[in-house]
Amino acid sequence: MRSNQRRVFAGAIALAAAVGLTACGSSDDSGGSDSGKIELSIGTFTEFGYEDLIPEYEKLHSNIKITHHKTGQGGPYHQQLLTKLAAGNGLEDVVAIEEGHISDVIDKTQLFNNLADIGPKDVKPDRWIDWKYQAGVAKDGAWIGYGTDIGPLAMCYRKDLLEAAHMATDDASVKGYFASWDSYFAAGDQYTKATGKPWFDSASQVFNAMQNQLDEGYISKDDKLAIESNKDIKRNWDKVTAAVKGGQSAKLVAFSPDWNAAFKQSGFVTKTCPSWMLGVVKEQAGPENAGKWAVTDAFPGGGGNWGGSYLAVPKQSKHPKEAAALAAWLTAPEQQIKAFAKTGNFPSQVEALDSPELLGTTNDYFGGVKTGQLFATMAQKVGKAQYKGPGDGKIQENATSPALQAVEQGKSPEEGWQQAVDAAKKIVK
Amino acid sequence: MTTVTRRRASHQGVAPAPPGRPKLTFRQRLSLADVKWSPYLYIAPFFVIFGVVGLFPLLWTAYLSLFDRELLDAEGTFIGLGNYTELFRDSQFWNALFNTLSIFVLSSGPQIVVAVLVAALLNTRLRAPTGWRVGVLLPYVVSLVAVGLIFGNLFGHNYGLVNGLLEAVGIDRIDWQTNWFASHLAIATMVNWRWTGYNALIVLAAMKAIPKEIFEAAMIDGASAARRFFSVTLPLLRPTLIFVVVTSTIGGLQIFTEPKLFDAMPGSNNGGPSNQFQTITLYMYQTAFETQKLGYASAIAWVLFLVIIIFAVLNFLLTRRISSSGTEEAP
Repeated sequence: MRSNQRRVFAGAIALAAAVGLTACGSSDDSGGSDSGKIELSIGTFTEFGYEDLIPEYEKLHSNIKITHHKTGQGGPYHQQLLTKLAAGNGLEDVVAIEEGHISDVIDKTQLFNNLADIGPKDVKPDRWIDWKYQAGVAKDGAWIGYGTDIGPLAMCYRKDLLEAAHMATDDASVKGYFASWDSYFAAGDQYTKATGKPWFDSASQVFNAMQNQLDEGYISKDDKLAIESNKDIKRNWDKVTAAVKGGQSAKLVAFSPDWNAAFKQSGFVTKTCPSWMLGVVKEQAGPENAGKWAVTDAFPGGGGNWGGSYLAVPKQSKHPKEAAALAAWLTAPEQQIKAFAKTGNFPSQVEALDSPELLGTTNDYFGGVKTGQLFATMAQKVGKAQYKGPGDGKIQENATSPALQAVEQGKSPEEGWQQAVDAAKKIVK
Repeated sequence: MTTVTRRRASHQGVAPAPPGRPKLTFRQRLSLADVKWSPYLYIAPFFVIFGVVGLFPLLWTAYLSLFDRELLDAEGTFIGLGNYTELFRDSQFWNALFNTLSIFVLSSGPQIVVAVLVAALLNTRLRAPTGWRVGVLLPYVVSLVAVGLIFGNLFGHNYGLVNGLLEAVGIDRIDWQTNWFASHLAIATMVNWRWTGYNALIVLAAMKAIPKEIFEAAMIDGASAARRFFSVTLPLLRPTLIFVVVTSTIGGLQIFTEPKLFDAMPGSNNGGPSNQFQTITLYMYQTAFETQKLGYASAIAWVLFLVIIIFAVLNFLLTRRISSSGTEEAP
């Protein structure tokens, strides 16, 4: 019998290997379970503040069981999202998509459920600030994502450094510096001439904010590359690069170690500041700079938005209706206010922006300013949603930002522009 | 069954079995099959897994490279070798290839020379030899991501330690992220820091295996230490050196994590503002998952595959020549 045993053993190994290989393919499919409960899953990245809300929802709906998958960083999360969308399985029933990444997937409407069809009927677009709702709708009209939070832009600045340069720091004067981009660069010029030190952190941080205020982005509504035909883009480019050549840029790459260090070292005076940036400033500048930073509800050229996410229900979901109901509940004003209290993610719902809880929020690090009210004001100043065609985000990341960096390192503005245009053409081709 | 017995019979050179020969029992047939097929079954798990995670992706990539297909498309359009012809006209690809080769030469070359020297030092009589050996291997243990982050910090332009030291001795700051040679040097430093010790230990193991008698004979013949190293040690290290060179060629041409983490813009796949240190794998990754051109990225993957094979063969031939020249002189 020995030979038989050996054979069986070998067979078992081969079988185990085969089972092991197929097992990874099937483990993600969580359909209805034994207890008759519907199992839903939701995927988020960084902090959405949903930890307490999900058990609450389960309590309200005894037939639902929810698994929450959290990923620490946005980059890898969206990477996974794309891969699993391409693979056709493995995604959660409800997925979070960040504003900067949604243009990559929004027009693949065959991969997502239309929330207008499957979502609860009482959830209407007027729940959200209009531009937030608009950016979650595909070109063919399919409603892909319910808005969660936003990142309205204000301007952060160093009060003490302005004083040291003998510039007025009363509220009206500061608002005057940030009234328009021309006044912003003029004030920068004044500061740089007086001190020889840079005014802002990075050219691309300023340029991106200007770009987002334009009526049309890098891609026109008929999905053609507009970087050359849209003369406003080049006009902004000229303004920013002129400021760079005038010494206004600290030439830092946002979120790099050098950029982090520069907050402590007083490397620049002004910073384009979405609501969530206040936390970054506080963390990087540290307690020794407390009270030196200030934020004001003025932003050159009106307002803007940087950041915020959507919840979508991919076609892969086995329970799209239930998933849409969960997404609708999580993005209701009451829930987003709770999430705001937990993480500071600024809500995108009209009603939430009026809530006393939000309006009463203050920030001690920035001199006790009423940040809730301030950013609620700035959220209203954001114009209409700019159309972000496929490739828009990539052009910002991989064409204009690196080209601006090259200009900061010494390339001429015209050469840099050519680099940006060439790279953009390659991306859209 | 009959075929088996017949073939067996013919193998043994015996005349075909007489019709009256007793039939094999079931157990006999089983044990016959066992001897014949079991070895294949034992090695099957490796080949099954290799087939699924190695061979299949390789062939699938080749298939994909013939299509114009985006990551989220259900299917692509067949364009034959279109991706390849486009690739050969793509200046960013040639730039990436140049960067990869430059970083590879700056890392693998010095790395192997230093590894052999370190191994020779470790091979001398030292106190606490295990301590030294472990010390040499330590960088290899550190997580690659940690290495990337720390070196990224050290080579920061404004507040990095390296530039701080340079300035202290009166040399101008170097912009490690935007100067192409400086960035290659910095990345090669990262690679060398991590891999030299590892290679040194492999070479050391081979040195230990060289029989003492050969050295003694050489010594009696009056060969100096240097002569013994070049004429005895090096030639006898040949198989090991070939192994080390080929593996470091494969690794060096696929370098990815170091340049990705070295970029000042976190998560960027650009390899510097003007692609100064974008390697082929980084370009491939960017094309597939950022630009989402799956077909084009597959073509890059295949060209990289061929480049690696060419370089591995070249290095193999070269290494064989270098270390065999010693043996030809020896007698």
